[in-house]
This record gives sequence, structure tokens and C-alpha cells, in this order.
Amino acid sequence: MNLKRFFAVIKARNIEFFRDKSSLGWNLFFPILMLAGLSFVFSGDGKSVYKVGVINLETVQSTFVETRYVDFINYQENSLATLKLEQHALDFIIDFTEKKYWVNEGSPNSYLVEKMFLGQHNNFTRLETHGTKIRYVDWVLPGILGMNMMFSCLFGVGYVIVRYRKNSVLKRLKATPLSALEFVSAQLVSRIFIVMFMSSVVYIGCNFFFDFYMLGSYVDLFIIAILGAVSLISLGLLVASRSKSEELIGGLLNLTSWPMMLLSGVWFSLEGAPNAVKVFADLLPLTHLVAGARKVITEGATLIDISYHVTALLIMSTVCLALGSYLFSWNTER
Amino acid sequence: MKLVQVPSDESTQYVIEVKDLVKSYKGVQAVDDISFAISKGHCFGLLGPNGAGKTTTIEIMEGIIKATSGQVLYSGKSIGKDISQQIGIQFQSTALQDFLTVKETLNLFSSFYDNTLPHEELIELCDLKDFLDRDNRLLSGGQRQRLLLALALINDPEIIFLDEPTTGLDPQARRNFWQLIKNIKAQNKTVILTTHYMDEAEQLCDNVVIMDRGKIIESGTPNQLLAKHFKNVYIYLPKEQVPQELIDKNQWCIENGRVEITTQKVEEIISLLIAEQVSLDGLQVKSPNLDDLFLKLTGHSLRE
Repeated sequence: MNLKRFFAVIKARNIEFFRDKSSLGWNLFFPILMLAGLSFVFSGDGKSVYKVGVINLETVQSTFVETRYVDFINYQENSLATLKLEQHALDFIIDFTEKKYWVNEGSPNSYLVEKMFLGQHNNFTRLETHGTKIRYVDWVLPGILGMNMMFSCLFGVGYVIVRYRKNSVLKRLKATPLSALEFVSAQLVSRIFIVMFMSSVVYIGCNFFFDFYMLGSYVDLFIIAILGAVSLISLGLLVASRSKSEELIGGLLNLTSWPMMLLSGVWFSLEGAPNAVKVFADLLPLTHLVAGARKVITEGATLIDISYHVTALLIMSTVCLALGSYLFSWNTER
Repeated sequence: MKLVQVPSDESTQYVIEVKDLVKSYKGVQAVDDISFAISKGHCFGLLGPNGAGKTTTIEIMEGIIKATSGQVLYSGKSIGKDISQQIGIQFQSTALQDFLTVKETLNLFSSFYDNTLPHEELIELCDLKDFLDRDNRLLSGGQRQRLLLALALINDPEIIFLDEPTTGLDPQARRNFWQLIKNIKAQNKTVILTTHYMDEAEQLCDNVVIMDRGKIIESGTPNQLLAKHFKNVYIYLPKEQVPQELIDKNQWCIENGRVEITTQKVEEIISLLIAEQVSLDGLQVKSPNLDDLFLKLTGHSLRE
């Protein structure tokens, strides 16, 4: 690998991207508009029912759990339930066996459910939690940023390579001492820089307005984002490794991106989805990027906690990059 | 092996030898068993109509595509991995990276090579000074070709391949480009040129090979080939200036409103016209060119 050639191609590609104002604008404003729109749509009071977590719900005899307009959700242990209570995903938690209940002091719903509960049971120990509410915009943030990264990685690499191939830029580069490895690696690094720069700008900029929820480490979030970007770029390189037709690559990239849009947990959780759908979603890099980032943001997970997603992204990147490099064609042969 | 011996001042010093080259695509024989050799410091022309196999031949010589069979030797050796460090290439149609300026494009390509010409020298040689900071997308056809030529010369190669370098240029831009190529030749560099413009070949090439349907149909210097195949020149006069009985008597032709006289003896014909008191206003004398030669050899024009 000749570093002089490698860095020259990275620099040229970055210049090309940042001078293309229409593409730059789209990459910058699309996620901001999505976040603003969703924040507006979901800015109401939300669902009217209360959500109460109950430890070992199936063993509870109390008539309180039959109260109408209240959802009672079973938990096996209270650590996850209290985290949900802190995040306002639950309004109240009851452990009938230990005769304890938890309220979130910052939640009006929690106060109301407590009043209802004390009307039937007044011999329980009161425990308190505090925490900022996770809004939908906080939950959907990793999904939207991930989706934007996905489009930037797939189309920014795949489409550009096919365009280069079609209009003979690749052929001209092949006539120089530049190797395929140097070219492909430079595309990868250039796109990682672009994607991470754009995502950071969007995140930091939007954070001034939305004050995003963040329980985990920004370093961990950055690392999982880079791993996701590498994986998505490698997928883009693989899809574009041989095609010479912009129409075909457009179709292939749509075929690749739409399942991820729908099934990678960008908009909604797949917890209740059929098992086959979950298995398929697990094969998509965006699933692991979004799930990993979401756990870091909403649950304060570390890289060890999300090692499954980290490993999945590393394996996908290795496979796609190896296959993409093996299949890569300058395609000058007619 | 059918090696066409191209005349050369240094008959044994070939920088490139092409031997028994064959390239087949699905059902198409693009290059059909051709051989030729190129001497150092010469401008060598591969001529032929579109689809003759010129570009395929030149791209095999450049190491861009692989031959089905046959050999290309550089100073007696097969094409090595480092060939791209030693040759310069201008393709027939190449896009450049959008949004980069001419100067940035030169910097990018310079980074690919171990040894490069100083940019000042390239800018001077290819006359790039006036549009160095212009975006590649905004270059005119002539400026673009000059930049592509600069990229072909950036590693100071001894051998330069130019594939249809002036296609699409206006006459003035073409002549300017020819001058650039003459300047390169003056540095004793070997130039391999494909073209279907015969005036271009006659202006620039020391030796030519004429191809049609993948085969070499003739080779030699332009003058040798014309002398070999044509003895006559053409004299043209406006039809209304020549009496009809004179035309009929000498069996001259009428072509596009002009009288066409085919002869080996120009002086005799001029004397005859003067004797018959025919006005010589608008008289044209034309020698056959390579286009005429190609038409004679194949029965169809080079531009078909």
C-alpha cells in the first residue's frame, strides 16, 4: 500500500463531496428535517393509558392488576423495570412479594398511579427513582442517524463507483500505478470521514434544540457508529463491485436499503415481530448499528454490553470487504 | 508469425513489438492475428474506421486488457507490473473527477507516480496556465484534451499512447493539439496514435498501420503508401469554365459541379487548358490522401 497515493485519493474524494452542494445539503438537512418532523408529530401527551410494571405478574392475586385503562407488564426482576421507570417508559412498579413499589418523582403519571394504588394497598414500602423522560425523538434518533448513514454509505460509495466505472474514471485510474486495494481503501476511509463528520454535525447541531437523552458514553457511541459505517460502506462496495449500469446499481441499492429501513428498528421496535423477521433483521448491518447505538444512548450500555452487535458488525464488514475486493472490477474489459 | 516490418531509421531498435496478437469477444474477433513493430522516437499511427480494432489493440499494448493470444514486448520484454510507471496514456473517452480543479487533478495524478515532471513544465508544455483553477466540469473540449495530455505526460514517459486525441475538437483546437504532439515528438519520445482523421496521420505519423475488421491491411510511411498505390493527382475546375467538347474529347468527369481531371502529368494538362484559353480561376490540384487509399483498399470510407 502506497500511502501517498492512498491519501491523495481520499483527499480528492472528500473535495468532490464537499463541493457538491446539493449532495452536501441533502445529507445535512434530511436527518434534521426528519427529526424535527417526528418531534412535532409525537409532541403530544402520548397514550392515555398508564403503564405499570409488576414483578412476577403471573403470581399476583390483587384485584389492582385488573384496573381498567392501565397496562400491567410483567418483569422477572426489578433492575430493568426501574430503568424503564426512570426513562418514563413505565409509570409505576409494584413488587407484591416484597411489598414494595417504586415511583418516579418527576413523573405526573407516576403520582396519579400511586394515588390509585394506595387506595387499595397501604402497607407497601415506597421507593423513589428519578430520571429524564425518553421521548420518541430520543428513541428514534439513532435510527434516523443510522438510516442517514446507511444512505450515505450505500449510495455515496456504490453509486459513485459505478458512475466512475461507467464514465471511465476507473479505467483512467487503472492506467496509473494505483492498485485496487489502495483505491477501495481510500473510498472506505473517505466515506467514513464524511459520514462521521456529517453525523456528528447533525447530532451536535440538533442537540442544541432537542437536548437528547444520553445515558452511555459518547466514545462508545462514536465507536459503534464507525463500526456501523464500515459495515455499510463494505456492503456498498460489495454491491458495486462489478456493475457498470447506474440503473442496475440504483435498483440493487434500493433492494439493499429498503429492508433495512423497514426491519432494522429505525422507526419501531421489532420486539413483537415474528421470529423469522427478527432472524432476517439480524443479518442486516443497520440493525446492529441502531440497536447498539440505542442501547448506549437509552440504557447506558458499554461496548462489552453490546458485544453481540459489535461482533456482528465486525464479521459483516470483514465478509463484505473481502468479497468486494475479490470481486472488484475496474471493468475495462468489454 | 507475420511481423510487418515498419521502415525505421534505426531498423533494429524497436521499443514495442506486437506479435501475432488476437483478441476475441463473444462471437467477435476484434483483433485478428496482427503483428507490427515501433521504433524509438517515432510517431506511429494506427488508422482505421470505428470498429476496426484500433482501440482494442492499443489497450492490449497498454496492459489495460488482456489478449486472447499473442505477445506485446517492450524493448524485448513482456509487459510487467510496473508498465504504468513507464508509459503515458490518453484514452479515447475519459471523464475526470467532478468538482476538482485542473491543478488539483494534476496533484492527484502526480501522487500516483514515483517520478513526475515538474508541474510548471507540464503547464507550459500543454498550455494549461489560463484555466488551472477551473473545475474539470467547466473545461472546453480543447482544454480538456490538453489536460488529459498533461496527465498522460505527468510521469515523464518515454512512450505515450494517444487514442483518438482530437475527436470532437474544432479545427483550430485540433491544429493546436497537433503542435503539442509535435513538441512531444521533438523530445525523442515515442508516440502511438490512433485516429480516423487522415490529415492528422499525415501531419504527425512517421509510420502507419491501416486496420480494418481486426486485420492489418497495409503498413508503411504515409508517403510510401501513397506512392505505392497512387500515380495520379486530381485537377479540379469549375464546370462552366471548361467547354463541353473539351470535356468529352478528353473523357474528363463531372463531379459535384466541377470538372475532375485525373492525371500523372499536371504540367501537360495546365498547358492544354491555357492553349484552349480556359480560365484557371478556381483551379485546384489535389493529391490522393490516406482516406482515398483506404477507400481503394477496402471499398469503404474511413469514417464509415
